[in-house]
Amino acid sequence: MCRDCGCSLGPSAARAPFAAQPAGPKASHGHVESIEVITAILDANDRVAAHNRAHFDAHGVLAVNLMSSPGSGKTSLLEATIRALQGELKLGVIEGDLATENDAARIRACGVPAVQITTGNACHLDAQMVHDALHELPLGGLDVLFVENVGNLVCPASFDLGAHRNVTLLSVTEGDDKPAKYPVMFRAGDLTLISKVDLLPHLEDFSVERARQSLRQVGFAGGILELSRRGGEGFAAWLGWLRSELASRRAAAA
Amino acid sequence: MHELAVCQALIDQVERVSRQHGRRRVLSVTVSVGVLSGVEGKLLEHAFPLAAAGTVAEEATLVVESVPVTVRCRTCRAETEAAPNRLVCGACRDWQVDVIAGEEMLLQRIEIEVETVAEAV
Repeated sequence: MCRDCGCSLGPSAARAPFAAQPAGPKASHGHVESIEVITAILDANDRVAAHNRAHFDAHGVLAVNLMSSPGSGKTSLLEATIRALQGELKLGVIEGDLATENDAARIRACGVPAVQITTGNACHLDAQMVHDALHELPLGGLDVLFVENVGNLVCPASFDLGAHRNVTLLSVTEGDDKPAKYPVMFRAGDLTLISKVDLLPHLEDFSVERARQSLRQVGFAGGILELSRRGGEGFAAWLGWLRSELASRRAAAA
Repeated sequence: MHELAVCQALIDQVERVSRQHGRRRVLSVTVSVGVLSGVEGKLLEHAFPLAAAGTVAEEATLVVESVPVTVRCRTCRAETEAAPNRLVCGACRDWQVDVIAGEEMLLQRIEIEVETVAEAV
């Protein structure tokens, strides 16, 4: 299914190359030298991420990375956010999906510039993909750039994209124990949005209190908002959060 | 899973270090991977040969040192191990803790082959 873990090759093929095709002539009487390195494995990605962040800062843009499972309402939230902030803030969106331009088309239909990254079979965005997409966006004219990551609660958590804030969605149609199952992802967030709360009356099994408790147990220290894209208090608080994050970002840059 | 992407980044670093040492054959690569790093050691081991194929590390063994989560309590200052989805002080059960280990994903060391003086002549 996924290019990265090599699972389409099957377990035997994935394990075999240890023994296959020896490289070059073997020096049988050499001795071994151990070299201490101690660097972050994703050092190269982190450097590109820092470069992206510098781009955002130079243009006074707040960059927000949206992460969640597929179907928890990231694109719908963006559509509602664009409509609500029309005439107030200039928004742009980078969409990440394995395939199709569908989400970018939905965003463009709201009158906002959007770049679609199609990752093929890759399960996450990395800093380089975002960097390449930045060259297709009019960064200078934007206030907030959203990066909608590939719907996946595992892989995107390991890759810094250079965004200032990570926002994770947990929809009430999922289990309220999702944070306990995916602790790395939920810990990585600065804000958790419990989404689709307008559906709560129809869902017996989801407890907002249990979801909050699960978030606390994985050490999530950020804010938690309950919202629906159809408006209301939580949605207003989300818009308020964006305004205040943008204001503090610009104050820090000044 | 993203472990192949992680292994490709790892191999880039291993090749860089190997180049600095005369492109010697790499015998082993040791990484430390925190339980909260988002990377699974077993999957890294499976992905490593795929990323290493055709490089100086083609025959290298990947050694994955798993690093458990350690938290420091803000209340009683104790440093204890914790489960990744239950970050609580092991001494006083307080939730007010900071993670001090278990998030890392580091290339620790590599072993390269060095020819003996007699062979080099």
